[in-house]
Amino acid sequence: MERSHFFLCRRAIVGKVFCYQESGVSTLNTQPGNPELVARFPEIHPPFDNVAAVTEANRCLYCFDAPCTAACPTHIDVPRFIKRIAQSNLRGSALTILDANILGASCSRVCPVDVLCEGACVYHRYNKQPIEIGRLQRHAMDAFFQNGAALVQRAHEQRSGRVACIGAGPASLAFAAEMRQRGFAVTIFERKPLPGGLNTYGVAEYKLRSSDSLREIELIRSLGVEFRFGSEIGGEAAFAQLEKDYDFIFLGIGLGAMRSLQIPGEHLPGVIDALKFIEGYKTGGKLEVGRHAVVVGAGNTAIDAARAALRLGAEDVQILYRRDEPSMSAFLFEYEQAKEEGVKFHWWSQPVAILPSQGHEGIEAIECVRVRSGANGSLEKVHASGFRISCDMVIPAIGQSPLLEFLEACRGVRTDNGRIQVDRATGQTSHPKYFAGGDCVNGGREVVDAVADGKRTALTVAKMLEKAHA
Amino acid sequence: MPDRIVTPDISVNFAGISSPNPFWLASAPPTNCGEQVMRAFDAGWGGAVWKTIGDPITNVSSRYSSLDWNGQRMMGLNNIELISDRPLEVNLREIAEVKKRYPRHAVIASLMVESNREAWHQIVQQSEDAGADGLELNFGCPHGMSERGMGSAVGQVPDYAEMITSWVKEKARTPVLVKLTPNITDIRAVARAAKRGGADGLSAINTINSITGIDLDTFIPRPNVDGKSSHGGYCGPAVKPIALNMVQQVQSDQESRLPLSGIGGISDWRDAVEFILLGCGTVQVCTAVMHYGYRIVEDMADGLANWMSEKGFAKISDFQSLSLARVQDWKHLNLNYKIVARIHEEKCIGCELCYTACWDGAHQCIHLDRLGANNHHHATPAMREALSKQAIAMTPIPKLDHASSNSSKEPYPTPLARIPRVDEAECVGCNLCSLVCPVDGCITMEQVETHLASQSWEQRTGNSANPARKCD
Repeated sequence: MERSHFFLCRRAIVGKVFCYQESGVSTLNTQPGNPELVARFPEIHPPFDNVAAVTEANRCLYCFDAPCTAACPTHIDVPRFIKRIAQSNLRGSALTILDANILGASCSRVCPVDVLCEGACVYHRYNKQPIEIGRLQRHAMDAFFQNGAALVQRAHEQRSGRVACIGAGPASLAFAAEMRQRGFAVTIFERKPLPGGLNTYGVAEYKLRSSDSLREIELIRSLGVEFRFGSEIGGEAAFAQLEKDYDFIFLGIGLGAMRSLQIPGEHLPGVIDALKFIEGYKTGGKLEVGRHAVVVGAGNTAIDAARAALRLGAEDVQILYRRDEPSMSAFLFEYEQAKEEGVKFHWWSQPVAILPSQGHEGIEAIECVRVRSGANGSLEKVHASGFRISCDMVIPAIGQSPLLEFLEACRGVRTDNGRIQVDRATGQTSHPKYFAGGDCVNGGREVVDAVADGKRTALTVAKMLEKAHA
Repeated sequence: MPDRIVTPDISVNFAGISSPNPFWLASAPPTNCGEQVMRAFDAGWGGAVWKTIGDPITNVSSRYSSLDWNGQRMMGLNNIELISDRPLEVNLREIAEVKKRYPRHAVIASLMVESNREAWHQIVQQSEDAGADGLELNFGCPHGMSERGMGSAVGQVPDYAEMITSWVKEKARTPVLVKLTPNITDIRAVARAAKRGGADGLSAINTINSITGIDLDTFIPRPNVDGKSSHGGYCGPAVKPIALNMVQQVQSDQESRLPLSGIGGISDWRDAVEFILLGCGTVQVCTAVMHYGYRIVEDMADGLANWMSEKGFAKISDFQSLSLARVQDWKHLNLNYKIVARIHEEKCIGCELCYTACWDGAHQCIHLDRLGANNHHHATPAMREALSKQAIAMTPIPKLDHASSNSSKEPYPTPLARIPRVDEAECVGCNLCSLVCPVDGCITMEQVETHLASQSWEQRTGNSANPARKCD
């Protein structure tokens, strides 16, 4: 791949907001200040005010070897950053967070804290509410960004050794930040026009605004990480070139597109997969939605899409899931919140066809059947159980399919069940030049898991480079 | 049939002054004027020591600053307000009016005038003519007035205190209380002087010299008076332990001992009971009222009466001074008494504060080794943290975590690995772990039979000189 094909990012400051632009092409529909978007997606966890934050911080027991820290994949020193909030040392608090997790701001908004830090809080065993760690973390990070976001650069001299990241999602960003902090040159290749991966394109706007994601990535860029947008890497030649140009390559490629339903009618206008739908309203300025929406699947992304459809003005939103409540992969709190907001759930229901509307473009209904759990756990259709739901929009959200072709191109990078196989402690793949982390390794977990993978891998790679260039 | 509950009698007679209960307002802003004192009596206060009267002064603005702690407001309060800034005759007229309307309540006039006999005679006469039930001589105010030779400037010199007390006694027909300053090496020196001068009772303690803090942006200490500050008088919950110690010192000293009105950080009925257990006959409250208003007295009276019923005390004097003999010189404590910490596993929430406190602040005898001794049988805190940092954690996602099963059943709500264990052989019984433990009753200190007769330092060494005491 020719260097000239890579686009360098240029930062334009529009008001208070950073926009990334490809040279010559103004594709950025990121309108972080879009008042309609902001109005329709009020934040689900409003920030603390200062006194409330200090009061909450003072509740923290300051556990030793704290369970919240252990539960955090990035091992943020939670009691320490909370104590610093209590002591009005917000900068110290933010740097404690960033030292462990460079995406501490987005994690504070999107982490499923109920099953991570807050779930581990010892107060659960004392009949008390756990400390609101996520909101406190956000408090410190918001203050950090409001006060100029001055990060401390750990290494000042440039070390020998160059690494490339493929994909500009959380895993690559964390890997890149840690490598830069240790003085190594890092280039990130991203096929989209904006960095951040799902943080920028795929997380529900009421949890994390694209503008906040970009603000955070600006911090990583300021460490000296080079971004090349619009760089789709594929084919033998491109990889051969990368291997020649860089000492090591980090794969942070995520999971790729959503799986298709594989039923008649899924290509009709009015059918849009959940990630495209979310990306469309977050960064594409597409705020229109059907009046009656059906979401297929019951994972966290399905819930995000359903709740977004409501906010965008859908009159009703129904979720179809082919198994029962306990089997769904959405977190319990996500499910509860969706129910409260009026999302309806159909269990043991599977779509079989999407029906085009008569007379005009679009769809008019989704045809479904009931299913049940058959022998050895597989699903079987219930005889004569067909039913139809009128709708003008269908949003498939049945999981992301890994970028298998891509992985094949990586020659010798072993995969298993659609995931890149790595050594957990080091992030190393079966190919000595390739490392990997994030969703493409763990099958699709959280931002914080991707950050942990990226950072852990960087520690290994940095050590190897230090040895190689000693 | 349950025992009939007898409502205890909480009225007191203090040095000849009767009061419906032992709760008095201290001489301070809450007793600045008659209107306030009458509302306080309506709320339930038994007595009020009027804001100190004398020649009116001019106050500054601002006047108060506080010490907040761990998110709680006003753990300690500091003031640089002087005595009453209202004309003497107004105060006297209002005292007379209050006494007329509230004959059963105690109204004490707090006095401070320049150090001459006539001035004291005159104000004593005026106060008693107004109907005050008693007089409190303010020898304690530590700021401002002391620069003019009054307040603590008197209270810090036993001879002056004795002299002025005797002048007052020449004239007074009502009981005379002397209010003691804590800003002195040994509070008993002035207590003895007051007693020699003929005082009928004492009040202790007045506020403690203090600077509560400095504004880190302007570098001006608080309270800020046009860019400058001055040391003030410290009070509130923070000073209670200091006050209790001084109360005990005075009450344990035969040459000092007089009816004592306890003052210093009293915020609720339990604080009041503690002062009475060390010999006080009434208690005086200020900061808690400045924080929450007069209404708190209702809870104080209610709590006191309930506690007395529960303990079977019919009147205040039934428990007055009960704890006094329990405070002794260190040399009389039993060296053969041994207690050790016991952790109640079922209550432990796994915060490990006891572990780190014992390692860093005590005697390294609490360990995290319940899962068996590994390489780090006595792992230091640093080793523990290093191990945790290496562990790989992931967001639990059931669909992806097929293999995980909640296999081993834990005996307690907290994982065994996080429940500390006390090495009783090494435990010195210092109490620290039980003090830092956030869970009530999780760590108890339990006596261990030593099979040794009680023996004090004095008995062991055969002399009564002070041993080399703990100095930190």
